[in-house]
Amino acid sequence: MMPSLSFTYWSALVVAGALALYFGGRQIGNASGIARLRDMSVTGALGYSLLVVTLYQGASLYFGPGATFFKWAVHGVIGFGITGYLFQQLGRHVGTRATKKLFRSMPVTAALGILLILTYAIVAIFADFIAPYGQAEIFKDANLLPGGDPGMGGSPDHLLGTDQIGRDILSRLIYGAQNTVGIAFVTTLLAFFIGISLGFLAATIGGALDQVLSRIVDMLMSIPQLIFALLLMTIATAWFGSEKGMVTLFMILIIAVLDSTRVFRLSRAVGMNIVVMDFFEAAKLRGEKLSYLIFSEIAPNAFAPLLAEFGLRFCFVFLTIASLSFLGIGIQPPLADWGTMVRDLSQFIAYAPFPVVGPLTASLPLMAAGAIALLTVAVNFVVDWMLHRASGLKE
Amino acid sequence: MSATEPLVKISNLEIDGIADETRTRIINNVSLELNRGEVMGLIGESGAGKSTLGLAAMGFTRDGCEIVGGNIMFDGIDLVTATPDVRRQLLGKRIAYVAQSAAASFNPAHRIINQHAETPLCHGVSNRAEAEADAINLYQRLRLPNPDEIGFRYPHQVSGGQLQRAMTAMAMSCRPDLIIFDEPTTALDVTTQIEVLVAIREIVEQFQTAAIYITHDLAVVAQMADRVKVLLRGDEVEEADTRTMLAAPREDYTKSLWAVRSFQRPQKPLATRGAVPVISLRNVTAAYGNNDPVVRDVSFDIHEGRTVAVVGESGSGKSTTARCITGLLPPKTGEIAFQNKVLPADYRKRSVDQLRQVQMIYQMADTALNPRKRIGEIIGRPVEFYLGLKGAKRRRRVEELLELIEMDPREYINRLPSELSGGQKQRIGIARALAAEPKFIICDEVTSALDQLVAEGILKLLTRLQEEMKLSYMLITHDLSTVRAIADEVVVMKDGLIVEAGPKEEMFTPPHHAYTDLLLSSVPEMNPDWLDELLAQRGAENLGDAAVSKM
Repeated sequence: MMPSLSFTYWSALVVAGALALYFGGRQIGNASGIARLRDMSVTGALGYSLLVVTLYQGASLYFGPGATFFKWAVHGVIGFGITGYLFQQLGRHVGTRATKKLFRSMPVTAALGILLILTYAIVAIFADFIAPYGQAEIFKDANLLPGGDPGMGGSPDHLLGTDQIGRDILSRLIYGAQNTVGIAFVTTLLAFFIGISLGFLAATIGGALDQVLSRIVDMLMSIPQLIFALLLMTIATAWFGSEKGMVTLFMILIIAVLDSTRVFRLSRAVGMNIVVMDFFEAAKLRGEKLSYLIFSEIAPNAFAPLLAEFGLRFCFVFLTIASLSFLGIGIQPPLADWGTMVRDLSQFIAYAPFPVVGPLTASLPLMAAGAIALLTVAVNFVVDWMLHRASGLKE
Repeated sequence: MSATEPLVKISNLEIDGIADETRTRIINNVSLELNRGEVMGLIGESGAGKSTLGLAAMGFTRDGCEIVGGNIMFDGIDLVTATPDVRRQLLGKRIAYVAQSAAASFNPAHRIINQHAETPLCHGVSNRAEAEADAINLYQRLRLPNPDEIGFRYPHQVSGGQLQRAMTAMAMSCRPDLIIFDEPTTALDVTTQIEVLVAIREIVEQFQTAAIYITHDLAVVAQMADRVKVLLRGDEVEEADTRTMLAAPREDYTKSLWAVRSFQRPQKPLATRGAVPVISLRNVTAAYGNNDPVVRDVSFDIHEGRTVAVVGESGSGKSTTARCITGLLPPKTGEIAFQNKVLPADYRKRSVDQLRQVQMIYQMADTALNPRKRIGEIIGRPVEFYLGLKGAKRRRRVEELLELIEMDPREYINRLPSELSGGQKQRIGIARALAAEPKFIICDEVTSALDQLVAEGILKLLTRLQEEMKLSYMLITHDLSTVRAIADEVVVMKDGLIVEAGPKEEMFTPPHHAYTDLLLSSVPEMNPDWLDELLAQRGAENLGDAAVSKM
């Protein structure tokens, strides 16, 4: 049993450890010729010391009583790490030469990201076959806890429990992937279509068109995005009615237009760097049409930064949709959606301190929130890796 | 240690480059000895490992490179195993480095003298006042204009040649034992280059500094180095003192390097009186925006099958003239005629056939070819666009073009530009111009980014194509040896005006216009005494920019 340390002890220990490592390391390094010990800086020593003490603190928390969520987090991190590693190893040994090479150049985080994105995609596409029940199906047992153990307030029929009006949470999570992720994907595609075509056009033609487009974009970007989206949603529903399908359509269009401003700025900047290249001049002098210049000369060279931006932008769109749904004007019930699920179940978070069933109850809203967080992290892992490759940085 | 020990002793050095999971040997078992106060020239084509070896003498390798064997002794210290602390103590203080592009190497946000003082302050050699006084002293020795004041300018307020000299002064700031010069004059005009060469040579002699001078220009190395080492793909070819090397090279490769400069095509007879010129410029004046004109009242004709070289330093309006001809920059006044028919000033108003007749080959083959397109597509597009050939016919034409530029279609048609060498890329640029089947091609500094051997190949190719297809060339260059090799007529430009124009042979025989004379006399020659003779003849004040500004 390891006692956990108070803050005073903790910080004193870090400093003492750092000093010992710095001076002792210098002695040992000089004697034995280990360059890493000999050339260590004070800050480096402090970092190592901090790491060791933090690990000790973590371990004492993990092996002590309570701290259920911390233990789950540790399990999660270790589990995902192992999964990512296994997937990476799989990719290195199975597949064509090109994919094997790709996996060799990939860090574990990117491999995990790709695996998670693939999983989300499969779940979203085949939701109808995977989900045990329908997304709007209501059962008589409401408020069942996750875990499937009748002794703990669960039921084996509903592994992740049911919500406050008796809908199966597992099924709603699975359908939520289809609705939330699918709509976010469509919205991002639309935003990119608008942003890229206008951005490249501004870069190629320049002059007055560039000025007009850029100032419009500046104007749209000067208003905080979420508030602006809320405002536009209100106007749209007031003018065109608020049937359920329509509201979703408005949301897609509004978010696409607002997000296309960011894409416009990036594609214009990337395009600007390409239109000054000699090969672009050669194509212009050949007498090529505007469409050829944009899609054959600029687009292939802008692919890498735009793909990375697509990943990031997808996360933002996805979070905006979840936020709007959380606020009640995004994806409309009975369609399952993660943002709405977090909002509907949010009051259960207050049960977390209660013993035994407390953490289980509190995990109800956390599951949908976790689904959102996990996808965002996964996409960012992959995007980081792609940006790293595109920028040509080496380890 | 004794004074007879060499300052730098590299023995059996082996360096690997790691890229895309494959290791390639960049330096293969090369040894080097450099005594105090001695200048060693390293020459070879690109990829020969000159820069890698030069940097290795500082104990430094670029990212992705790794020293796998041998050792580097600098004054008794092994730089391969030295700790970062020891190496930091040496760099800047005892070993300094002068990079190729001074403009890219200075921090644009700080004044030159502050950057100069950074190294001596950092190494505790002197305090700020001393460092600044010393900088001004060095600027004087390097004959920079206004030495008291120039250091307080920002890098963009100083010309390229002056900046390169300021960087040499910076390298001297701690009076190092060794300076590595990595192609310090390659990016400069001939007239500017000569100033920098004189400055470097003087300062190295004054302080008895040892130097490694990396270049691919043999004439430059002949002026600068005491001994020359020739490298080829990471291997040492031979080493000898400069005079021996120039007079009697042992190896075939060295001999071929020496022979490059002798390529010369005889001048063609003048065009017959009354012949219709392919392109004629008539009183062209052009400016960017509402600024002062960059090209003023320029007129000349280019006849069928002939090459007109337009010569001048950067900023003289050569490239702007080319932009007027292509229609990218419509002239303010004057006109451009193709076979006596006036072309619309703006390229957007020209017909496809008019566009087809005027093609361009660019200086930087890297940016001239779309990096995402395969060779077949790069050459095939103009074939399809201008001649309307599709499918198998198009492919056959592309193969013909590749054979024309002496590249095997089967091997190269599906490659990306990044999978070609610099010379091959330039050939593809030529093929793309030829694909339009033009009458007239503008060659904008086509060989200045290439090594001499490769450049010679390109010049021979251009000459052959001209014979076969009756092409007319406008050759924009600042390299007079290129002019000598393939031009028929020469137009010398300065500040947007034509200074002198006429057939090549007249241009290369005196009397010249003073500016032409300066240009001609500034081209380094293979004679190791050339710079001394020139200095004796003219004096250091009558060279380069100083001489230009006196005109």
